[in-house]
Amino acid sequence: MSTLKVDQVSKLFRATSRGGGLTPALRKVSFELNQGEVISLIGESGSGKTTIGKVILRLVQPTSGTVTFDDKDISSYSARGLRDYYRNVQGVFQDPFSSYNPIYRADRVFELLRDVYFKKLSDKQWHEKIDAALDAVTLNPGDVLGKYPHQLSGGQQQRLLIARALLLEVKVLVADEIISMLDASTRVDVLNLLVKLKRAGLAILFVTHDLSLGNYVSDRTIILRHGAIVEMGATQKVFGNPQHDYTRMLMTAVPELHKKWKHTPLGAVAVASNGHSVATDVIEASPHGPVAPALAHITLMDELTHTEKVVKRDFRAVLGGTRKVSSKSAVALSLEPPELHEFEPDHLVAEPE
Amino acid sequence: MSVTVENLSVAYRSHRGDVTAVDNVSFTLADGEIMGLAGESGSGKSTLGNALIYLDPRMKQTGGKVTLDGKELPIADMKAMRSLRMAEVSLVPQYAMSALPPTRKLSKLTSDLLKSHGIHDRDEVLAEMKRRIALIGLKDDVLSKYAFELSGGMRQRVTIIMSTLLNPSLLIADEVTSALDVSTQRAVGEMLLEFRDRGFIKSAIAITHDLSILAQIADTITIMYAGRLAEKASTDTIVNEPLHPYTQALIASLPEVGVRYEQGTLTGIPGRPPSLVNPPTGCRFRDRCPFAFAKCTETPPFEEIKPGHQVACWKVTEEAK
Repeated sequence: MSTLKVDQVSKLFRATSRGGGLTPALRKVSFELNQGEVISLIGESGSGKTTIGKVILRLVQPTSGTVTFDDKDISSYSARGLRDYYRNVQGVFQDPFSSYNPIYRADRVFELLRDVYFKKLSDKQWHEKIDAALDAVTLNPGDVLGKYPHQLSGGQQQRLLIARALLLEVKVLVADEIISMLDASTRVDVLNLLVKLKRAGLAILFVTHDLSLGNYVSDRTIILRHGAIVEMGATQKVFGNPQHDYTRMLMTAVPELHKKWKHTPLGAVAVASNGHSVATDVIEASPHGPVAPALAHITLMDELTHTEKVVKRDFRAVLGGTRKVSSKSAVALSLEPPELHEFEPDHLVAEPE
Repeated sequence: MSVTVENLSVAYRSHRGDVTAVDNVSFTLADGEIMGLAGESGSGKSTLGNALIYLDPRMKQTGGKVTLDGKELPIADMKAMRSLRMAEVSLVPQYAMSALPPTRKLSKLTSDLLKSHGIHDRDEVLAEMKRRIALIGLKDDVLSKYAFELSGGMRQRVTIIMSTLLNPSLLIADEVTSALDVSTQRAVGEMLLEFRDRGFIKSAIAITHDLSILAQIADTITIMYAGRLAEKASTDTIVNEPLHPYTQALIASLPEVGVRYEQGTLTGIPGRPPSLVNPPTGCRFRDRCPFAFAKCTETPPFEEIKPGHQVACWKVTEEAK
């Protein structure tokens, strides 16, 4: 039984504009991903969901905290150990079109693997292995092998990348927005494939901003906001009975086929008939007045873009690792996530921030 | 009727011959109507939208005509279209988030835009812009910012404001919500509704592959498949009683909030849309359609089955008789 454990992981990014402040992309995030389990990681842009995926894949080094796979800290791996780690943990990303080099045939992604991991296999064994992996993702080898990326549909490309991960018999798959760029009709095929793989024992971290997709495939759900977990637990519990205001707001914003949003007109601003002249009563819709319900979504979103400024000295200390940072410093405080408490078994909710 | 499109065909020039991406398309758009245009990638939905405002040099009109507010829209005439763009027909482009140049502050950008469209009284329009910015709840200091200083959702909303500044009769909104989060999607969707209700735009075509967004904002939905129209009806009808097998399959492939894989597996649509270089004769959905029969080798007409409900499908036509 292999387990991936993310323990108190924080990540600070240095903002390039706005005077070099720090943006806490992750704030002490902890969770476990077990075999045969799908966790959906839901959050808006800037919530840190992709960063978690990257930390797990060791593409980004966390500022503090550890990720352990089978009780071994992944930051301790040397080149060789890392190679073994990637045999077990692989990622598939949002944009299949840019995951391929357009100059080469698409199945080159398999050949690259062979050079590293399967040098000893005979051609026959190798091709059998590829056919089995393609079969698992319901692709017909004749349709995809030897083709160039532009000859494949987005769904085929994405499934080919999943097949690549399966070739390695991975235990954990980080699926970062893998279906958001696909058409509705092919999207479902990839989703159902994930369900099938999960039943075969694969652990999947399904990163998405689409709540209905997350709900469809996952056993457990984590809602992220500003880099911290605001709600987590069994998917039915989180979706069935959301407790945090942020989760509820996300739920009401989901476009559903059979339920219309309640549209409340914005403040009553008179429109001049030619539309070009200036009206004087701007005040009603001003950002300082009471916010119309339709705008509640907007203000929340804009709030997400603000970066938290941290004193330069602490900034150097954290990134340079030269000095322990006092627990009361601005850095430490900005990293402190809201406290989680248990609302019911397997359903944690954060205090409002 | 603010917009009437009759038998419009648009082709791309390619070295393998013309590729007809929009094939004999007819529809009308009433005043105040937001029409959703949905379809898979490559179905020609963006081409149709672009053709109505900017027929780029790779494209050519091979037939049909477009009427806007009773006057013919000279879509193939670059010069004549120039004075109509932004004022009569306007576009919020796909990837509008990257449509704003990084080297101009937004106020300067808008003012340049107005100048190039021959608007003399720019101060007044800019003041109106400030008013609209306040209306949707942004602070008016966005005008003194550069595009990269705004978040994606803010950029998207500013782009919509710019596109609709001259109160166009027709707004073409191409995938305006696709790259956004759910909460921002909602804000942008409601903004479109609000702008229509206030008369900033007379009618709009919202192009997207996401039917659930259209269910929220569109009055009517048109489904496009492989360059042709498959079905057009009111949003409620498309969502609840779709007639075309393709529409039915599309609706069935959408997961709803609350549905989990244990409760019922969703089904995709097997196969892929046909290539438009040498499209098959007859109904183009034939190969993927579970109901296909002998007659489907002829091209089905896009005809009205019930008032306000048009479908191009032989099975539906025969059952209606």
